[in-house]
Amino acid sequence: MAALAAVAGCSQAASVASAPGAAAPAPNAGIDLTQPPTLGAPKPLTLPAVVTRDLPNGLRLMVVEQHELPLADFLLVVKSGAETDEAGKLGTATLASSLLKEGTTTRNSLQIADQEAFLGVDIFAGSGWDATTIQLHTPTAQLDSALALFADIALRPAFPTAELERLRKNRLTSLLQVKDRGPEMANRAYAAIVFGSAAYGRPLTGDEASTNAIQQTDVRRFYDTYFRPNNATLLVVGDVRPDDVERRVRALFGGWDQRPVPAATYGQPPAPKPTTIYVVDKPGAAQSSFRIGSVGVPRSTADYFPLTVTNTVLGGSFTSRLNQNLRETKGYTYGASSGFAMRRAAGPFTASAEVVAAKTDSALIEFMKELRAIRDTVARDELEKTKRYLQLQFPGRFETTGGIAGQLAQLVTYDLPFSFYNSYTQGIGAVTQADVQRVARRYIDAEHLAIVIVGDRKSIEPALKATGIGDVVVVDITGRPAM
Amino acid sequence: MSTHRSSTTAQGTVSSACRLAAAVLLIAAPSYARAQSAPAIPFEKYTLPNGLEVILHEDHSVPVVAVNTWYKVGSGDETAGRTGFAHLFEHIMFMGSENVPVGRFDQWLEAAGANNNGSTNGDRTNYYEWMPSNALPLALWLDADRMGRLLPTMDLPKLDLQRDVVKNERRQSYDNVPYGRAYETILAALYPASHPYAHSTIGSMTDLSAASLEDVKNFFRTYYAPNNATLSIAGDFQRDSVKKLIELYFGGIPRGPALPPRPQITSQPVPRDTFLVLEDKVQLPRLYYAWRTVKAFAPDDGPLDLVAYVLAGDKNSRLYKRLVYDMQVAQDVSAFHNSQRLDGGFQIVVTPKPGHTPVEMAKLVNEELQKLIADGVTERELARAQNTTRAQFLDRLASDLGKADQLNYYNYFVGTPDYARQDAARYDKVTAADLKRVAAAYLAKPRVTLTVVPEGKRDLMVTGVIQ
Repeated sequence: MAALAAVAGCSQAASVASAPGAAAPAPNAGIDLTQPPTLGAPKPLTLPAVVTRDLPNGLRLMVVEQHELPLADFLLVVKSGAETDEAGKLGTATLASSLLKEGTTTRNSLQIADQEAFLGVDIFAGSGWDATTIQLHTPTAQLDSALALFADIALRPAFPTAELERLRKNRLTSLLQVKDRGPEMANRAYAAIVFGSAAYGRPLTGDEASTNAIQQTDVRRFYDTYFRPNNATLLVVGDVRPDDVERRVRALFGGWDQRPVPAATYGQPPAPKPTTIYVVDKPGAAQSSFRIGSVGVPRSTADYFPLTVTNTVLGGSFTSRLNQNLRETKGYTYGASSGFAMRRAAGPFTASAEVVAAKTDSALIEFMKELRAIRDTVARDELEKTKRYLQLQFPGRFETTGGIAGQLAQLVTYDLPFSFYNSYTQGIGAVTQADVQRVARRYIDAEHLAIVIVGDRKSIEPALKATGIGDVVVVDITGRPAM
Repeated sequence: MSTHRSSTTAQGTVSSACRLAAAVLLIAAPSYARAQSAPAIPFEKYTLPNGLEVILHEDHSVPVVAVNTWYKVGSGDETAGRTGFAHLFEHIMFMGSENVPVGRFDQWLEAAGANNNGSTNGDRTNYYEWMPSNALPLALWLDADRMGRLLPTMDLPKLDLQRDVVKNERRQSYDNVPYGRAYETILAALYPASHPYAHSTIGSMTDLSAASLEDVKNFFRTYYAPNNATLSIAGDFQRDSVKKLIELYFGGIPRGPALPPRPQITSQPVPRDTFLVLEDKVQLPRLYYAWRTVKAFAPDDGPLDLVAYVLAGDKNSRLYKRLVYDMQVAQDVSAFHNSQRLDGGFQIVVTPKPGHTPVEMAKLVNEELQKLIADGVTERELARAQNTTRAQFLDRLASDLGKADQLNYYNYFVGTPDYARQDAARYDKVTAADLKRVAAAYLAKPRVTLTVVPEGKRDLMVTGVIQ
C-alpha cells in the first residue's frame, strides 16, 4: 500500500459539508435510499502542536509529538539544493547528497548500509530544487544508535574518491537509460525549453559532460558551503518528547559550525515565445508524452490560494477538467493533470499526460481547449466543489509522522510561518470566481506555451502540423534543434 | 503486481515503479526483529444475513476514516480470451450505478473531501475511499449502490470508454515502458496456460477489445455479490451508528448465487529450464531468472522472502555487493519473492552495465546462488533481513487506509484480520538453516531465463544454464 500516500482529513471552517446534489431531507423523515446521505459537520481540525527550539549555532529544531506508533521521523532540511550547481558542473548537489551515505570519517559505505539494515531504519539523503534533505525513519527503540548514524552521515561525510567514481559510473549509465523513457525525455526537454540556462532549466542529475567534470572538491565545496546549522532546520515527528529530543540534538549537532551561506541565484528564464510545438523523436513509442506550459510562480506568490484552486479545477484532481476530458470523456489517456511547481523562484506551470500515439493531435486540441477555457468564468458549483475538496482533505496530510514532517519541510524550505496552516481553510474559502479568472488570465497564456511532445515523430508530426496550433520544431532532450 | 484504476494525483501521475513498489510491499509481507512488535489492531468482525463480511477498527487519533472493500475475484478468475477483464470491470465500477449518474461518484466524494481508488491483482479486487470522518455515510452509500445496483444503468458506452482508458493504462505501464513486457512474458513461461497466474492482470489488447457488455453483466452477477465481499472500515467512527448504516445500505442487497469453485493449485517447479529472448527499445540488455515457489503463508514462504533480501535487499546483500558495488559490472540487481494466494514465484533481475553482457551476469548470479546453497548465510545477514523486514510491519499501521486494507488482506488469506503479529513472528522464527534449505529446495530447480535485449541484439541472449 505504499502508493496510497495521500489520505484525506476534515476541516474546521468549511461551511458546506453535505454532498452536492443531496437534497436536505427533513429531520427524522423516512430515509430515501435513492439519494446520497446528508453529511454532518466535519470535526474541527486540531493542528499538531509544534515545539520550536533554537540552538546557539543557529540550528532550528522543531518537534511534533505523535505517540500512536513507536516510530519517529528526523528530517534535516538544508535550504540549498541543485539551484546552486555551477554551469559545467550540473548535478553536483545531487551527487554530493548521494555521497553522504557512502562514507563518513568513522564508517565506510558498507558499514553505513549494514547499520541501517541491522537497525531496521531507513535513511534517505537527496537534493532537489531549493533544499537538500536527510531523513531518518526509525522505530524509537533504536533511537540512540539510529541518531548516531544519522548525525554521522549529516555532519562527517568523507566523500571518498572511490565512491565518487562508482556513483559517477552509475550516473553515466542512468543518463544513457534516459533514452528508454519518454516521460523522462519530456521532462528534460520541457525544463530546458521553458527555463533555458536559468537554474530550473538544468537537469537535477546533470548530463554526461557535467557528470564527467565533477571532482571531489566540487561535492565537498557544496557540502562545506551550504551544510551549515544556520541554513538548516531539524524536524522531528513521532513518539518522542521535545526535551529529550533537544538534549540528544544538542549533544549530536551542537558542535556543528555556523558560517554565512551565500544566497542562491536562479538566473532569468527566456522571454515567452509564441506557442510552439517541440517534438522529440522516440521512434515506435506507443504513447506520446505531453508537457505543456510556461514559467509559473514562486512559492511566495500572493496568488497562492487562487492558483491552488484554479489549478485544481483545471488539472489537480480526478474530476478536474483535463482528466475528465482527456480520460473520462475521450479515453485518450490513463490520466491528465496539471500543476504549478512553486519554488523559491518561479517554477514551471505544466499540464501533462501520456497519450495514445494515434490521438496525439486530437489530445493536443483538447489540451488547448481546456487551457483557453480556464480563462473564462468557472461555474459556481465547480468552484465550490473544488474549494470543499481542498479544504476538507487538507487535514489528512497530518495523519502520519512522515506526512507531518513533509508538511513542515515545505514551510521551512520556503520560510513560511506555521500559521500558514491555520490560514489554509480560510484562504481557500475566500477564493472567488473573479479570482480564478484573474489568475488564469495572468498565468495561463495559451498564446505563449511551450508544448513538448515526445513520441514517434514519423507518425505524429504531420498531424501536429495540421492542427495549426503552433510551429513544429524537432528538438533533442536538451531542447536544442535536432539534426 | 496490482493494477490501479487511477494514477492521477495533484502532482501528476504515479510512475510504474511506484505501482510495483506498492505491489511488492503487499505480497512480500516483510518483518523485523528485536525491536518493537507491531501493536494489536482491535477489531470487530461480523457477517450480515446476505453474506457480507464486515470488519471494523476504531482509531480516533485523527478525524479521518478509510473504507476498503475486497471482492474475492481477481485476474486469476478470468476465462480464456478474457484476460484483463477483472481489472477492466474494476474501472467500470466507478462509472455510476442506479442512483449515481455517470461522473457523480467522483464528484460527490471530492466535494466531501474524499479521495478514492481501486486495484486488481491475481487474487482480489479492492475499492477504497479515504476521507474526513463525517463523509463516511456517503462512501458507504456509494459503495452499496454499486454493489447492489450497478447493472440498471450499465451500457456499452461506459464499457467502451473504460476499455480505452485501460488500454492506455496498459501502454503507460507496460508497452511504453522499457522492459515493460518482461513480466507477462515470464508469467506465461512460468505457469501452465490453465494456471490462474499465467497471464498479467492488465491483460492483452486483443482480449480487452473482445470484452462485451454481456461479459460485464455476467461477471457482476457471478462475483459482485455481498457474499463474495468484505467491507473493512478503519478510523474515526462510532461502531454502533456505523453498524446501523451498514445494515441500512447493504442489508437489502440480495445474496448472490454460489460462487464458481476456485482453482486448486499444487505448486511445482517448471518441468525444465526454459530460455526466452525479448527484443525491446532499450539501451541495455537485462537478465531475468524466475522460479516457481510456494503460495503465501506456506511454511517456506517467509524464508524465501528473506532469501530475496539476502541476495539483493541492501548494499551488503550477496548480489548487490558483488555485481553492483564491488565489481561494478551491473547497473542494478533485484530479487523478490512474490507469493500470492494460490502460488508463488521468485525472481532475480540484473541489468549489466555498458560493456558487460547478460551471460557474464548469469555466471556471477549462479556462482552466488551456489555459494548460498552450499554455505548458507551468516547470522548478521539473517539479522539484517529480519530487522529490516520487521520494521515495515509498524509502517503499515501508520494510516487508516493501510490498516483497513491489511485487515482485509489477512482476513482473506488466513481468516484472521489481526494477523500482523503472527505474520511478523513467522519471520522471527526463521533460522539461517531455513534459508540454506529453501535456497536449495527452490533455486536449484529448473527456471525460466529471459533475456531482454536491444532490438537486433538477439546474440546477447542467455541460451543455457551457465555455471
